Amino acid sequence: MFVSTGGELIDICSLEDTPIWEYTIREEMEKSELTRVDVIEKMRKNLHVMLSSSMLAQEKEIKSVSGLIGGDAYKLRKYADRGNTLTGSFMVRAMASALSSSEVNAAMGRIVASPTAGSCGILPAVIISAAEMLNKNEDDMINALFTASGVGIIIAKNATLAGAEGGCQAECGSAAAMGSAAVVEMMGGTPAQALNAAAMVLKNILGLVCDPVAGLVEVPCAKRNYAGTVSALTTADVAMAGVESKIPFDEVVWAMSKVGRQLPPELRETAQGGIAVTPTGLKLKKEIFGQ
Amino acid sequence: MRDYGVFDILGPIMIGPSSSHTAGAARLAKVAGIIAGGNITKVSFLLHGSFAKTYRGHGTDKALVAGVLNMDPWDENLKDSFKIAEEKGIEIIFAETDLGDVHPNTVKFIITKMDGSITEVIGSSIGGGNITVINIDSQVVEFTGERPTILTSHKDLPGVISKISSILYEENINIANMRVFRSQKGKMQTMALETDSLISEDLMDKIKNIKEIENVKFINPLMEGGN
Repeated sequence: MFVSTGGELIDICSLEDTPIWEYTIREEMEKSELTRVDVIEKMRKNLHVMLSSSMLAQEKEIKSVSGLIGGDAYKLRKYADRGNTLTGSFMVRAMASALSSSEVNAAMGRIVASPTAGSCGILPAVIISAAEMLNKNEDDMINALFTASGVGIIIAKNATLAGAEGGCQAECGSAAAMGSAAVVEMMGGTPAQALNAAAMVLKNILGLVCDPVAGLVEVPCAKRNYAGTVSALTTADVAMAGVESKIPFDEVVWAMSKVGRQLPPELRETAQGGIAVTPTGLKLKKEIFGQ
Repeated sequence: MRDYGVFDILGPIMIGPSSSHTAGAARLAKVAGIIAGGNITKVSFLLHGSFAKTYRGHGTDKALVAGVLNMDPWDENLKDSFKIAEEKGIEIIFAETDLGDVHPNTVKFIITKMDGSITEVIGSSIGGGNITVINIDSQVVEFTGERPTILTSHKDLPGVISKISSILYEENINIANMRVFRSQKGKMQTMALETDSLISEDLMDKIKNIKEIENVKFINPLMEGGN
């Protein structure tokens, strides 16, 4: 059975001298009784859907079913291509990529819940942009997805990945933490450095509420996906520089779980608090659903 | 502490925007369509709770129609399901309802077939694309469709269940879980039997031949996929 804590994960990876992705593949083979090839091919399917969802809305403007969001990934991509950006075309294109999957999701296109539909933009954007920047291939991206899911398993076991239970920190926060850890391993970092990155990302997003306008996975969800992407990528650099999280990963996850439970129901995907009940949020809701 | 697999965390591959309101809805409707057994001419969807309030914005309506048309939750034609239903001459009706003390994402399907027979199914989309079927033709049941499932209606008499299980034994199929539901002693029973391996038409024919069996259906789980 997959270990239950980040501490155990670091120990077992160090004992077996193996990265998180390798340990995760082995555990999945045992759990699912599938061959190594089958497990990897299953993940390859996920990657292919991610490659497509993260690109589609950059190439053409896609509108959501409700009409609330759309066209922003396209705008950002054009902006990145013009070249006069502040944070560099790498970062702006990564943000465009995150918005793309979110817009495809809201337009009833095909995505991978990673870990959820509402946070489906972050992990593809993080893994694919980093792989491009670092000249990595498809197999490296698949390994990164296994690292990400290994970290996700530990968060799921000790906290939650559902906005309805833990707020947006549980969805976009977990996605960004998983992505950051994966990029650290992609850059040659150790499992301990990877979990350091995950811990720092989670700390920076701790307490983020889930407050979707009209209850739809659109506002503010899509933009939280680009924010999570930036956080994951920048924190990978912080971890690779050797900066350590003062609070260990497992304790941060514990805090996230506790904060999630302390959030009132209004701020956990019920559309009864936060951005959802601003005058504009309520007006948009009325426009979509009537009374 | 629950044990998670890699693909519980990354996946499912699905049509957005919501695993519970879109992917789960499509999955549930597909199961309802299988229970009805094809040749569908009309479906009324009675939506309860959150489904009733937000179905348009989440595409729950499109997902439900796609499901009864036998589409998978990751089928990109899902958003054109109304048009496809119209081309097939299937009448679609949506209405809001109150089904009482059930999960907020619950729907009642009233499915009319070409021969005029009506099948009623109630089920819930319980999150992450997972579902529970809770009622078939006014009979309380409970199954998730995560494993291959055999549904039988049979006379409530001694020995019927053992006849079914010995057929499974002959085919080397292990029973993972089994639940029997009945409204009244000695009348009809509904059984939901989950197995560890996929169920074939051939096996169904053997079970159908048991004389106390009135009706048998099987639901193999949807294989996660896409291209």
